[in-house]
Amino acid sequence: MALLQISEPGQSPQPHQRRHAVGIDLGTTNSLVATVRSGMAEVLADEQGRDLLPSVVHYVAEGVSCVGYEAAEHNVADPLNTLASVKRLMGRGVADIKTFGSQLPYEFADDKGGMPKIKTAAGLVSPIQVSAEILRKLAGRAEIAFDSELDGAVITVPAYFDEAQRQATKDAATLAGIKVLRLLNEPTAAAIAYGLDEAQKDGGAKETKGQDRTVAIYDLGGGTFDISILRLSKGVFEVLATGGDSALGGDDFDHAIADWLRQQIGMDDDLNPIEQRILLETAKSAKEELTDSAEVALEVLDWQGILTRELMHSLIDGLIAKTMRACKKSLRDAGVAQDQIDDVILVGGSTRTPRVGEKVAELFGTQPLCSLDPDQVVAMGAALQAEVLVGNKSGDDMLLLDVIPLSLGIETMGGLIEKIIHRNTTIPVAKAQEFTTFKDGQTAMAIHVLQGERELASDCRSLARFELRGIPPMVAGAAKIRVSYQVDADGLLSVTARELTSNVESRIEVKPSYGLGEEEITNMLQDSFSHARDDMQARALREQQVEADRMIEDLLAAIYKDGEALLDAEERQCLKVAIQELRELRESTTEHRLLARQIESVAKASEEFAARRMDASIKTALAGQTLDEIEKG
Amino acid sequence: MKLTSNFFEIFAIPVAWQVDSSQLQSKYLKLQQEFHPDRYASSGDTEKRLAVQTASLINQAYDTLKSPLKRAQYLLELKQIDASQDSHITSDGAFLMEQIELREALSDVRDSADPFAALDSLRNGVESSYIEQQNQFQAQYQESDFDHAFNTVAKMQFSTKLLDEIEQLEAELEDL
Repeated sequence: MALLQISEPGQSPQPHQRRHAVGIDLGTTNSLVATVRSGMAEVLADEQGRDLLPSVVHYVAEGVSCVGYEAAEHNVADPLNTLASVKRLMGRGVADIKTFGSQLPYEFADDKGGMPKIKTAAGLVSPIQVSAEILRKLAGRAEIAFDSELDGAVITVPAYFDEAQRQATKDAATLAGIKVLRLLNEPTAAAIAYGLDEAQKDGGAKETKGQDRTVAIYDLGGGTFDISILRLSKGVFEVLATGGDSALGGDDFDHAIADWLRQQIGMDDDLNPIEQRILLETAKSAKEELTDSAEVALEVLDWQGILTRELMHSLIDGLIAKTMRACKKSLRDAGVAQDQIDDVILVGGSTRTPRVGEKVAELFGTQPLCSLDPDQVVAMGAALQAEVLVGNKSGDDMLLLDVIPLSLGIETMGGLIEKIIHRNTTIPVAKAQEFTTFKDGQTAMAIHVLQGERELASDCRSLARFELRGIPPMVAGAAKIRVSYQVDADGLLSVTARELTSNVESRIEVKPSYGLGEEEITNMLQDSFSHARDDMQARALREQQVEADRMIEDLLAAIYKDGEALLDAEERQCLKVAIQELRELRESTTEHRLLARQIESVAKASEEFAARRMDASIKTALAGQTLDEIEKG
Repeated sequence: MKLTSNFFEIFAIPVAWQVDSSQLQSKYLKLQQEFHPDRYASSGDTEKRLAVQTASLINQAYDTLKSPLKRAQYLLELKQIDASQDSHITSDGAFLMEQIELREALSDVRDSADPFAALDSLRNGVESSYIEQQNQFQAQYQESDFDHAFNTVAKMQFSTKLLDEIEQLEAELEDL
């Protein structure tokens, strides 16, 4: 059943058409794109047959010179213009970067307290632009494979990504001209790739009752660590808890080893970018060799020596222990004991380091699953989900219920934070809280939106600030200001503040201060279309026309089905008039903004009808089923 | 957007203290299967927005009904009694004394010989009085004794807060 979109027999809009959707794993070190062919998820390789795309972009004075493997080759010779690991910078502020900036060789320019930009030969570049280049390259791979345009993509993000980081990722996709079907948590994607939903259903068929499975996904990538605890129940993936560290990963193993090398060589820590690269690359290959050998001989910068596996363990055990603590915390959040975990999945290239697998097996008391390539799992899972979301595959048997990784709150008197939506709440979610004025005659109220677990506002991430103005003067405490937070299924937030006695309202789509403004994106988009302003206009108009058509069709179908039951004659007439006006405007106007406004006003006019239908459909969703049927699912 | 359903109606269960949690979960999953925004990923904006709102409501309803404290508060809310504020103080002197003692015990945990054992025994105590309070609430609610029920909710708030703090301390101790 759908809320509005109901195709009556004979009214079906178009014959079924296969759409092209991909899953994209936008990684710190490497990125991948995958799609579903004949029911199987497969990674799309480039012309040379390589699955991965190094998340590296090289800039020259004229702009982007190359992306991926080719760009990575400039690492040593031109480190300042070879941008790698920018995922670590996504949605970060200058202060964040100072804490780990010494590990990245770039020069940063402060951008009005927003996301720092990187100084390159091509000028200042934002991490979002760099990510957009990588996404564009991957989308290009897919378009060659499909020989057609892309209809949409599921892009994965670490479960631990906060609001600002998610928004930055979505902005990068917009900039690359990719329609985002969903931002999907990487660990959830991994569970889908392993088909644990299917395994759970098969298991259920064999036994008398469908059994829940609890799964831990341990994802140690290049730059991020995530632990997620999922429960699979009758085809529903429920994220019970997520945790991790968005600034800890296999790169840190490399840095720890490189640091050890530096001390052995006797250099101080003021390395030039080239020396830093050389040490890092030596460290990285040493780490990889130690996967199979007990020791490795090293020769770097006129120094020779040996690194044994034991010694490496002593360098990285502290980092692994950090991940173990995060695992325990997430188990606690999920209310699950270590021995209740049925499966553990290893994700991320850094889980190839055998020490990691050992420690994970020790903690959970079970051998982790690792039959799929840990680098590909996430992209494969994302592709499977994209296939469902784009409408190629019925999603009746799969649903993802995500939670919000960090609490969302508001700054209150004294610089404290009051949490409005708590960590690990299932999304989408809407919560409201009432506040009041504290001065007589106060006519405005500043609203500061924060994310984080700490008590002090200054210790949490600032997402947005806005003001509610035009409150009628009243005595202190008389105004009733309702602040509502709405988080959508991607984990993106919008905030509304309304004074209830006067109905004054102020609303903001939270564009975190570290993200790009709408205007900035539009400008960049226009730049990238090289003066194709008319194209942009035409495209915007087409999009609004499609939306108008869909709305007219949906509403007519809805009136046909429920109009008699849920609307009185006058209300029906009003809606029909509104629809007719929209239809006329859609045929006559070339101005996309005008059409958008009309669509908005029809949406408002039909809101009450929609609410009644929603109400009615919730009631019927469970009706007509006996308890038994519901329990059997 | 205003919906007429109360949270119990959403799950088609009677408005009552007793809730069968596995039945509630099944119905919750069933509803999310239908109304989650992912089901509308390729639909129009209006419909998407509606799905977000519906799914939010279902989530909120589930979150409220599955927690004993929130369910109790909501039952009173349906009787036009606001028991959701943190600031309600019970006037039961003996209870308050007991709370002070429990808090002192909690702050002594760090210094005890076996902090985890001390935490466990503290937790067992608080959990059993929490269950007792829930039984009290049930009886009071059924007899429409809302004044006392309101007072009991205040006590339940104390208990859940204390349980949260016990969890937190345990987390800190494990991280040491």
